[in-house]
Amino acid sequence: MIDATPARDGQPSARRSKDLLYSEGFRAAAYQIALAAAVVFVGLFLYQNVVENLQRQNIATGFGFLREVSQFEIGETLINYSARDTYARALLVGLLNTLSVSAAGIVLATIIGFSVGIARVSNNWLLQRIATGYVEIVRNVPVILQVIFWAAVTRNLPAPRQALELWGLGFLSNRGLTFATPVADPAHGWMFLALVAGIALAGIGDRWARRHREATGKHVDMLWPSLAVVIGLPLVVWLAFGAPHLISFPERKGFSFVGGYTISPEFVALMTGISLYASGFIAEIVRAGIEATPKGQVEAARSIALRPRFIMRYVVLPQALRVIVPPLTSQYVSLIKNSSIAVVVGYPDLVNIGNTVMNQTGQAVEAIAVMMTVYLIISVVTSLLMNTYNRLVAIKER
Amino acid sequence: MSQSTSTQAADAPIISLHNVSKWYGQFQVLCAVDLDVRKGERVVVCGPSGSGKSTLIRCINRLEVHQEGRIFVKGLEMTDNVKNIDAIRRNIGMVFQNFNLFPHLTVLENLTLGPMLTRHMKKADAEDLAMHFLRKVRIPEQARKYPLQLSGGQQQRVAIARSLCMEPEIMLFDEPTSALDPEMIKEVLDTMIELAESGMTMIVVTHEMGFARTVADNVVFMADGRMVESAPPEEFFGNPREERTRTFLDQILKH
Repeated sequence: MIDATPARDGQPSARRSKDLLYSEGFRAAAYQIALAAAVVFVGLFLYQNVVENLQRQNIATGFGFLREVSQFEIGETLINYSARDTYARALLVGLLNTLSVSAAGIVLATIIGFSVGIARVSNNWLLQRIATGYVEIVRNVPVILQVIFWAAVTRNLPAPRQALELWGLGFLSNRGLTFATPVADPAHGWMFLALVAGIALAGIGDRWARRHREATGKHVDMLWPSLAVVIGLPLVVWLAFGAPHLISFPERKGFSFVGGYTISPEFVALMTGISLYASGFIAEIVRAGIEATPKGQVEAARSIALRPRFIMRYVVLPQALRVIVPPLTSQYVSLIKNSSIAVVVGYPDLVNIGNTVMNQTGQAVEAIAVMMTVYLIISVVTSLLMNTYNRLVAIKER
Repeated sequence: MSQSTSTQAADAPIISLHNVSKWYGQFQVLCAVDLDVRKGERVVVCGPSGSGKSTLIRCINRLEVHQEGRIFVKGLEMTDNVKNIDAIRRNIGMVFQNFNLFPHLTVLENLTLGPMLTRHMKKADAEDLAMHFLRKVRIPEQARKYPLQLSGGQQQRVAIARSLCMEPEIMLFDEPTSALDPEMIKEVLDTMIELAESGMTMIVVTHEMGFARTVADNVVFMADGRMVESAPPEEFFGNPREERTRTFLDQILKH
């Protein structure tokens, strides 16, 4: 039939409803409504099921348990916590531990990943081979094995009595990494503020230098002035407070150490494992980004006599970053989620503590809901931040 | 054309290659090539693909490194000395087959990047200069656009303007029209002809024999890394000496 859609004017309404059936817009809407209905139906079914089963087993539902006393201790806390605190606070301790190990892991993975990625494309044969070997190992061994490996390494370090001394500043032992820290002083808060102010000033200086270059053509190297202001300001504040120089050195005492600050072996093992694993993938992402910049770009930059560092900064990097940032976001998010492997080395992260809470209260659904929500929020926030950054480095086309 | 060559014939060549050879692994791409180019001279290099003509001009600004022989530009020898490389590159503009514009920068930023970073020009001056050359290639209205928003011919003209912003004495063209749609070839060739008329020293690798006939002072034919023949266009096209040149011209001029 050639005349599939006859003229509309003056047609009977039966003809029109048939037309509607063949309209793309109507079909798209109908499929979406059907899909939404199916999702709602399955959701309701699951919800009903859970509620019925919980009632049959006489388990109370709701989040009231969060206000009850936890009655368990946690080995490693960033905030004050004791067994007399609530479950909610226990979970908060877990969350902070997850965040701290993830943040440290992301920084470490980024530094190693970028270095190894650049080494992978270097002209230095040896460096390139070593980097390739490193990537193949860390990326092809399951992350949980790597974490267990580092846990075994940290546990088999010597006992505190035979601890490895680190140039008189700390100890490495099976109790973790213990190192000297300055004794708390009101000056520290102000020094931190001075550091922030210094960084801000360096940023302003950098923008000034660019405007100055654009206005006069003179290039001012801001590296040393920036370093001076970033380091100098806190130093001045420190001197103004009379240079408080009390430092708490760790000392062997009994089976452990007193003084200084200790990072637990579990933290070290977990952070090393998940960040080395991620660094392998990040290295490949960085390599791909650099190689994705066409050779012709570098040649064109050379042909207008740009120096290598200007080529990297103004030509290669801006183009590589747009390839690097989106997959890098996935790696950060996956590293954060991988930190839940903490449970196998006994590091008290959110999942580890969540499990304990679940066992004690029996509120499995709620505890898991809390954990899932928290991970979801962390991951979404990470993605949003990275997407914002990506928009800043994106290339404009048609 | 011939007058400009004869008046400067006494001058030392601005570019001179002696015995230049280069290998890719076992394969020899350039075999003892000699070439002298005087100021204001226009040389067209042609030859079958794989004959080493692109490699030859890429050695002149060291995008490729020659392994034997010597290359001089304005009396400076091209060695691995970074200072010399810098000085020579500042004096040589290059236009590529695939334009190689920086896609993340606007047309204007593409043009001002070099002058600002290597010639230490003020932004305002660099922009004036850029607009001057954009008018020369007749696309000043595209200054705020991004390269990928332009047609191929426009992009190549921007690329020519970008090189000119360094105010070089020599321009190298590496098959500048080969990646263009037929209807855009003319606008680029016209720009190059105007440039030639302004007295620019040019070495052009191209298959555009019409361009060679009208613009070149000298046409060089290369095959298998060797310089087979070098002659003024009347002689080159009218009465080629070498058999290989004749075969090549037959193939390329027939259609």
